[in-house]
Amino acid sequence: MKTPIYFDYSATTPVDKRVAKKMCDCLTEDGNFGNPASSSHEFGWKAEEAVDQARKDVADLINANPKEIVFTSGATESDNLAIKGVAHFYHKKGKHIVTCKTEHKAVLDTCRQLEREGYEVTYLDPEDTGLIDLDTLKAALRDDTILVSIMHVNNEIGVIQDIKAIGEITRERKILFHVDAAQSAGKVPIDMDDLKVDLMSFSAHKIYGPKGIGALYVSRKPRVRLEAQMHGGGHERGMRSGTLATHQIVGMGEAFRLAKEEMAADNERIRMLRDRLLKGLEGIEETYVNGDIDQRVPHNLNISFNFVEGESLIMALKELAVSSGSACTSASLEPSYVLRALGRNDELAHSSIRFSLGRFTTEEEIDYAIAKINDNIGKLRELSPLWEMFKDGIDISAIEWNAH
Amino acid sequence: MAYSEKVIDHYENPRNVGSMDKDDANIGTGMVGAPACGDVMRLQIKVSDDGVIEDAKFKTYGCGSAIASSSLLTEWVKGKTLDEAGMIKNTEIANELELPPVKIHCSVLAEDAIKAAIDDYKSKK
Repeated sequence: MKTPIYFDYSATTPVDKRVAKKMCDCLTEDGNFGNPASSSHEFGWKAEEAVDQARKDVADLINANPKEIVFTSGATESDNLAIKGVAHFYHKKGKHIVTCKTEHKAVLDTCRQLEREGYEVTYLDPEDTGLIDLDTLKAALRDDTILVSIMHVNNEIGVIQDIKAIGEITRERKILFHVDAAQSAGKVPIDMDDLKVDLMSFSAHKIYGPKGIGALYVSRKPRVRLEAQMHGGGHERGMRSGTLATHQIVGMGEAFRLAKEEMAADNERIRMLRDRLLKGLEGIEETYVNGDIDQRVPHNLNISFNFVEGESLIMALKELAVSSGSACTSASLEPSYVLRALGRNDELAHSSIRFSLGRFTTEEEIDYAIAKINDNIGKLRELSPLWEMFKDGIDISAIEWNAH
Repeated sequence: MAYSEKVIDHYENPRNVGSMDKDDANIGTGMVGAPACGDVMRLQIKVSDDGVIEDAKFKTYGCGSAIASSSLLTEWVKGKTLDEAGMIKNTEIANELELPPVKIHCSVLAEDAIKAAIDDYKSKK
């Protein structure tokens, strides 16, 4: 076993070797290096063929038509294109957008930008499980609402929103529905025939593909229109100009093809490992799982060890590559906005660690992590004045702290 | 973000961790920071009758830099008079531990902690 052990698959994944091989074949002179838009010669035709195959592989994972796939530089760009594209195209219909406080920054900051342009945005509060209450969503919809944007799987806590039910609500009101699926594709089955979703964002590097490539699903039936954000040669049916990066697209296609083949087996194995990890940690006193444990992807465990600050725990766990909901590394000192939105108190929000497992995680690695964490929680609590106060029966929330 | 060797040393081998009786007239206790900010530092000093800090203890909830700042501070204040200890500046702590700009607040908290502990001791006299 090699350390550090990678438990941060929700941040990014390594490129699968089978994917890397396919990408390498599309770079050099002896490979498929042509411009897919060069329609006058064989180099272009071959590159176009490879892109077409990849587009089909991406579409197949979500049971969509390949013509509904627009390649972008990643999920952030897809979110921007979907939200700004819809807002700018349909502004005469209305200028109101509904989203949720726990969305990714690529959605939240795009909405903030639209607010500066004169749009109105409603940010829904999730329940303390991280899930959105459908009645709350319904109540937020107005006659001038043009778009609802809700993520499929949350990047921090891994909870799965009921996209099918939300789609029924938005379609009935003829409101467009965008879903950020960066964290769900290849992890949760997605069937576009079954879901009333108009736009969906994807990323390659979360499922063993390369960074720098993603896609936006744009529904054809009913037809969704977008105002392009990137202008130029009119690639991707005018929605996203720029020479298609054959090697990146081929990498994404292969990653999505493998995900379709291996998702079920991968998920089963990873869920077993995640449950083993949870079992090894839940015996520690004052430990809380963040987000609903059932409506959740199998590879995520977000857990708070009360009275231990997350960053110091990460420092103790230097052999484990995990991420923390504590933002002490940033100048803001604000803990995770996602955990705050769930109503978690500040101590718990600052004490959270996200484990995300993946295709290459082993049982040996999980057992090593469990032992390390059990050892270090005790040590850090001995150092913690809050733990001492808790043990002395003092109510920490009743103290008037001098926030700095 | 990489930590300096000094921060790692104090984090892995914290000096003077512990508690003293806060009701004792010779003990001054300073607790600063807030759970909301991810830092709570408690520094206690035991002061002799001639105004010299005989012993110091700390407990800190916070990142590695906050733990190191308070650990270092307990080493520095021992043997100092209250006036000398009250003159320790956060910049000295930050320089000694080579704290990066985003961690300067940890050293500020440590300076606040010794000042609060001294004030608490004086208020008992």
